[in-house]
Amino acid sequence: MQVTAKDTADLRLGSLEELEQLRGELRAAEDPDQTRIIVCHGTGCIANGSAGVTKALKAALAAAGEDIEVMPGIKTTGCHGFCSRGPLVIIKPKNIFYQQVKPGDAEEIVQKTIKAGETVERLLYEHPQTGEKIETTEDIPFYAGQQRVVLANIGQIDPTKIDDAFRVGAYAGAAKALTNMEPKEVIEAVINSGLRGRGGAGFPTGIKWNLAAKHEGGQKYVLCNADEGDPGAFMDRSVMEGDPHAVVEGMIIGGYAIGADTGYVYVRAEYPLAIKHLEKALVDARAYGLLGENILGSGFNFDIRINRGAGAFVCGEETALMRSVEGKVGEPVPRPPYPSDKGLFGKPSVLNNVETWANVSRILDKGADWFAGLGTEKSKGTKVFALVGKVNNVGLVEVPMGIKLREIVMEIGGGVPGSDHFKAVQTGGPSGGCLPWQDADLPVDFDSLIAAGSMMGSGGMIVMDDRDCMVDVAKYFLGFLEEESCGKCFPCRLGVPRLRETLNRFSKGQGTVEDIDDLYSLAEAIKAGSLCALGGTAPNAVLSTLRYFRDEYEAHILEHRCPAGVCKDLITYSIDPEVCTGCRACARACPQNAVTGEKKKPHTIDESLCIRCGMCFESCKFGAVQVQ
Amino acid sequence: MAQTAIDIDIDEIIERYPGKPEYLIFLLQDIQAAFNYISSEALTLVCDHTGVPEAQAYAVATFYNSFSLEPKGENLIHVCLGTACHLKGSGLIAENLMRKLGLDGPGTTEDLKYTVETVNCLGACALAPVALVNGDYQPKVTSPKLMKTVQKLGDE
Repeated sequence: MQVTAKDTADLRLGSLEELEQLRGELRAAEDPDQTRIIVCHGTGCIANGSAGVTKALKAALAAAGEDIEVMPGIKTTGCHGFCSRGPLVIIKPKNIFYQQVKPGDAEEIVQKTIKAGETVERLLYEHPQTGEKIETTEDIPFYAGQQRVVLANIGQIDPTKIDDAFRVGAYAGAAKALTNMEPKEVIEAVINSGLRGRGGAGFPTGIKWNLAAKHEGGQKYVLCNADEGDPGAFMDRSVMEGDPHAVVEGMIIGGYAIGADTGYVYVRAEYPLAIKHLEKALVDARAYGLLGENILGSGFNFDIRINRGAGAFVCGEETALMRSVEGKVGEPVPRPPYPSDKGLFGKPSVLNNVETWANVSRILDKGADWFAGLGTEKSKGTKVFALVGKVNNVGLVEVPMGIKLREIVMEIGGGVPGSDHFKAVQTGGPSGGCLPWQDADLPVDFDSLIAAGSMMGSGGMIVMDDRDCMVDVAKYFLGFLEEESCGKCFPCRLGVPRLRETLNRFSKGQGTVEDIDDLYSLAEAIKAGSLCALGGTAPNAVLSTLRYFRDEYEAHILEHRCPAGVCKDLITYSIDPEVCTGCRACARACPQNAVTGEKKKPHTIDESLCIRCGMCFESCKFGAVQVQ
Repeated sequence: MAQTAIDIDIDEIIERYPGKPEYLIFLLQDIQAAFNYISSEALTLVCDHTGVPEAQAYAVATFYNSFSLEPKGENLIHVCLGTACHLKGSGLIAENLMRKLGLDGPGTTEDLKYTVETVNCLGACALAPVALVNGDYQPKVTSPKLMKTVQKLGDE
């Protein structure tokens, strides 16, 4: 999609003042009391059918003769945190929050809420503990505990409309930097804010920039790591889907600060909606002269292009990512030289992740002091987490650094279904570790998490309950890393499979306690010898689960028992004759014909035929199939 | 069928990008999207255009998960094995589906009707366990539900 010269001539903003004037006009044209319907169109809500809801609402509004704007295409899976309860519909200006809306509800919403100003009780969110119905977004505990800096605009704006972004202040930070500040001052501001990279390692962003800026003149690059590969994490996707201009703006600022004229965004191919919204954002930003030559009359030239990932977890590592952008195999290279000296195409380069870039926009807009006032002494600002797994409110939460783990999971997350505690919370993706309930009061920041044997990572937070086996979880992450290892260095290529094989034996009830000692020494070797962080952190899953859940390992090895009922070789399926109705659903589902019994009489499972595929368990509507 | 269209479309795809090595992955992605796989003829054409040696292009095409050098099935099923999905039993769901289709692991059925692949995380953890059937999200799937959906595709 190319914007023609004529279009751009009409739209180009020539200065900071012109941007401010445009924002002022857009804000003046908006009536804050106007009724608007916002339908969440993130990946999660679309999967749950929000497109049908938008259509039905439009039809119902047209039929009712109301002139109210339906705003689709706004948010992402993380949007309002209740993606599993989507589709979500929010009615402005009162922020009435409807969940699990179906197309059939559209007529009632229009008639009752839009025309008569009443709420539709049955569509409201119900407090998981008290059962109380909650009417507006702000009163839901999930939001009340959050502090939205990066996510501030997500759900408030249509990400495909740059006017919406201007209205909430997009590009104000970049305009300020380009017009009123020297590149050096921009770097100073980022250093003073205390911002640390949100991609995993937590390296101070401003210091990284400074290293690249020191190379005077010549070609340089800025890159955005949007290869969000950690399983159980979707913060960056939501930012790109819901507020792509925040990323573009951050990169303009970074490019100006270090003296780069080109930026690359490396996005996972699994995120088609994020790519679409980013592409649209780039086209619009060019049309307004925010990308291209002489941006806002500052004399600074900068443009951004998008590279789609091709499915390799290791490309989230900075040197591997740069090789991939060059069109090569995504293998890491030893550092030094660091990318700030020799990065993409051998030129000084700065790579930050999506959330970091979005934070940069906010810092330049609101000031370094404001940002430094958030969070803890060494971890400034907020962090977005993807709260998933065995937790009532699945979704994206943004909280100040230093908040307690308990507050995130039990209060904002609404607790664990059917339990008053979590068994473990896994943070940091495959490189991270599992934190137990005893650590519920741990402050969540870069350094505390590392001290506890895990790490911040990019922000995945996976809640586990008593039905989750820690040996299985560790085995899962090792299997993941084994598959994703690029194979270049042998401690990772060979060591990780050995760790996984040992755990495999444990999950079959084999192995000895001495094997645990071997795990420790192997883990040390892998940590010390691996070329990049993928291998270097791979043993964390084993080490952290051993540290906190050694009992569970020993139950597998010594008692040949999986206390959580997960490890296939150590469990049996049976049917409770008291509960079984003899409906034959399980018998039909069983691929082994291991279930027998007469119709309408209790059935039994022949253990010798059972392959523990769980089909009977899943097909039983009465909960009669038990796992032990 | 896609394979017969190869002569018609491939030149157009190649011309989308300048002939530089950095566009290798872009080209492979577009070819993969258009034909569902990368044939050896297509790989050669890409190499001629970008100036990348064939051995290097082959290394790239086999390194990244999203490229396939073999034709894929008519119906593409991705089962997510991300952490949230794993905890909710997606491993078993993938196994059960593959067993049902007569596959030993991720791959394509002999009749080229189905390809089952596992993916590390679709970033749709609220829908866990989740599968993609021909690009459509299947939220909160179970083995019986997914098998039914897949069966329906075969009947069409």
